[in-house]
Amino acid sequence: MAFSGAKIIQPLPLHTTIRSPNNPLLFDPFTSSPFLGSTRTLRLSQSISASQRRCASHIVAVSDVFKEKKLKSNTNLLLTKEEGLQVYEDMILGRAFEDMCAQMYYRGKMFGFVHLYNGQEAVSSGFIKLLKKEDSVVSTYRDHVHALSKGVPARAVMSELFGKKTGCCRGQGGSMHMFSAEHNVLGGFAFIGEGIPVATGAAFASKYRREVLKEADCDHVTLAFFGDGTCNNGQFFECLNMAALWKLPIIFVVENNLWAIGMSHLRSTSDPEIWKKGPAFGMPGVHVDGMDVLKVREVAKEAIGRARRGEGPTLVECETYRFRGHSLADPDELRDPAEKARYAARDPITALKKYLIESKLANEAELLAIEKKIEEVVEDAVEFADESPAPSRSQLLENVFADPRGFGIGPDGSYRCEDPKFTEGTAQV
Amino acid sequence: SPNSLPHSTPFSIKSTNTHKNQKTFLNLSAPLPLLNKSIPKSYKLTFGFHFEFPHLLIFHNPPFFFNFKKMASIFQGVGTATTLSSSASFDSNKFHPSSRRSLSERKVSFLVVRSDAAKMNPGLNKIGGRADQLVTNAVATKPDTSAASTAASKSGHELLLFEALREGLEEEMERDSRVCIIGEDVGHYGGSYKVSKGLAPKYGDLRVLDTPIAENAFTGMGIGAAMMGLRPIIEGMNMGFLLLAFNQISNNCGMLHYTSGGQFKIPVVIRGPGGVGRQLGAEHSQRLESYFQSIPGIQMVACSTPYNAKGLMKAAIRSDNPVILFEHVLLYNLKETIPDEEYVLNLEEAEMVRPGEHVTILTYSRMRYHVMQAAKTLVNKGYDPEVIDIRSLKPFDLHMIGNSVKKTHRVLIVEECMRTGGIGASLTAAINENFQDFLDAPIVCLSSQDVPTPYAGTLEEWTVVQPPQIVAAVEQLCR
Repeated sequence: MAFSGAKIIQPLPLHTTIRSPNNPLLFDPFTSSPFLGSTRTLRLSQSISASQRRCASHIVAVSDVFKEKKLKSNTNLLLTKEEGLQVYEDMILGRAFEDMCAQMYYRGKMFGFVHLYNGQEAVSSGFIKLLKKEDSVVSTYRDHVHALSKGVPARAVMSELFGKKTGCCRGQGGSMHMFSAEHNVLGGFAFIGEGIPVATGAAFASKYRREVLKEADCDHVTLAFFGDGTCNNGQFFECLNMAALWKLPIIFVVENNLWAIGMSHLRSTSDPEIWKKGPAFGMPGVHVDGMDVLKVREVAKEAIGRARRGEGPTLVECETYRFRGHSLADPDELRDPAEKARYAARDPITALKKYLIESKLANEAELLAIEKKIEEVVEDAVEFADESPAPSRSQLLENVFADPRGFGIGPDGSYRCEDPKFTEGTAQV
Repeated sequence: SPNSLPHSTPFSIKSTNTHKNQKTFLNLSAPLPLLNKSIPKSYKLTFGFHFEFPHLLIFHNPPFFFNFKKMASIFQGVGTATTLSSSASFDSNKFHPSSRRSLSERKVSFLVVRSDAAKMNPGLNKIGGRADQLVTNAVATKPDTSAASTAASKSGHELLLFEALREGLEEEMERDSRVCIIGEDVGHYGGSYKVSKGLAPKYGDLRVLDTPIAENAFTGMGIGAAMMGLRPIIEGMNMGFLLLAFNQISNNCGMLHYTSGGQFKIPVVIRGPGGVGRQLGAEHSQRLESYFQSIPGIQMVACSTPYNAKGLMKAAIRSDNPVILFEHVLLYNLKETIPDEEYVLNLEEAEMVRPGEHVTILTYSRMRYHVMQAAKTLVNKGYDPEVIDIRSLKPFDLHMIGNSVKKTHRVLIVEECMRTGGIGASLTAAINENFQDFLDAPIVCLSSQDVPTPYAGTLEEWTVVQPPQIVAAVEQLCR
């Protein structure tokens, strides 16, 4: 391999890109009014255009700002005890759940492609714990922990992995399709890049609700999680363009774990610094250390706040690492063990634990209690999934159509869905 | 005898709408679907009306020098045979227009929203409300046929097909503010075929969204918006462009309702013009219905007249399933008088265009007009074809098709898809599977050649099925 892992040890330099007056935006979104019909947008942009102008012209790596803040005062803690414990619990849940998944997979309880999130918990907890229930999360096939962070019960996720009918998708989706209408988890997509347009659509719906349906308080944001490999896909760029064009309330979170199965990010990308691609489309691009949940949380607060205020999308590149292989079927022979060791030393959970104890937000006993509790939750989830029944035959065709008349009219003149056995797939379709 | 043939009115398409003297004209000012060869004046005078497919006269061989007596006797033989074998439910009034309509109206009226009938459930108009229209019995309702015909408005309004589509769009957008249009040039430009003209100034740039040229992304965007409660209509400027959106249509549109265990519905309408036009070249002349037909979870319909265009558009928008509505580039300028009152057609049903006895001709979209043209010739020759516009490409309306097969025992499918893997291929399989016992002859399927549509006019003409071929096929089938 031409590029060894050694280049990546140091965190990437924190860049500051300032849009100078010499390079003004060719299309100034604040003066022209792209939308004719909705006067509400016009009013909004006119009133806060000045501040928007200020905000958008400085694209800073927020971790830069954060570092300064931390150095200045150490009495000003970054989160409260409650928040700290919440985030810690979430990360422990993610880790324990994924470890249990691995166990269950090797015991033959789940099959197919299972992609685990070990090592990347900081990104999920850092971002999703700041969301409301109505905000949406869109993920890829590495979606177990995103679903858990968003609030989907561990039982439902585990049953889904076991393929039981009590799973969050009735056993029909599997590992790569975690959906929850209640918690607004919009998947779970097997093909990379496929979920980004869906996330853009969810953000569009939020904007639509506010401006067309006049639901004034609708400020739901959408988070789209995807990896470094996806950032070379056309759908990514198309959506960056549209999101920036219409100022959609979406945050594109790149979980750059440097590897797309066996393809190193450096080997596949002409410019490996993904955050730079944001400003190319007119949105802030931020790079953050994805192994540090507090840094991620700070950036997330800023980005989510931006989206809620209607200022548009943000591209956040989180430098992170997956401790396991791409999937449970991946022997993971290509990655340098030294690189793995280096990132293992930056384990986000141990880092947060250290921070909580050192800043006296929590003591060992409390954290241990959380770990015990999560252990029980995960074991209970496995038990529940084990005992749940597998889907029955009648479930086979039930959800193909939202309106089952879509199966058509049979030779006898009645709709096929009226035949009580049609969902079993025995009726001729 | 030939005199008992029902056909007596000039070139008209008998469609299943509530108008008595329904006539559909091809707008003469629009480019003709076929080669615009000039007809010798003598032919025009002989036939007494403007013949839309002039070269039919020129190519038809041998045309008019039949031994009519022999023809009549053959026909009588054929006619008797079929009369004997036809079911007893058909009486001597079978060609009476109103009874014909009553048969097909039973199905059409089921979901038709009539102004005289019970007013629409106000729940339907609420955002998020959806009246439960779950069908309990598709056929059994017996509407009062006299009420049906008197309820029909005596005056409709005449418009072109693209205007009918626009009317449907506008009515649905008015009715439900969650309905939005997403596509290239749908807003300020009014749609490349003017289907959405005037809607952006009326509803705003967010409801009629002009997108950048990113089919995959904006189709996915529409799907994501649909999952969050909106009802987008995604326009492909040309159906062929939707090949770029195949990922989203196949993976997300068709699958997400299922893989989410029924948690999210995708009530999108994907529409656009397709089909072979006039020398548009290979890429702009694609028939995507054959590519999409295997995708589970979607419905496909094809419109062919202004009446069914508006009805199907409205039905597709109201449906909770993802529906792909196939329009045809050459049919946008068809003119027809459609009812003033609101109506919604049934997405899963076929349309009886011309009842007959001898052979069932199944077709859709533009080929309907080629078939009707051939039907004229066939009728003059003494045949009585039954023409059904299948309209619903996925799923097939096996009830109407089956009834027809049981009556005529001979099936001819005329489609514009390619020979390999087209809608006709699937339909042949479906009919063979379900109605094997009722067929007297193997199903004949006329499709386009397996070739990228050539640019040259002559080659393009030979790519698609032409009326003489249809006539020849029927003659072969009915031998």
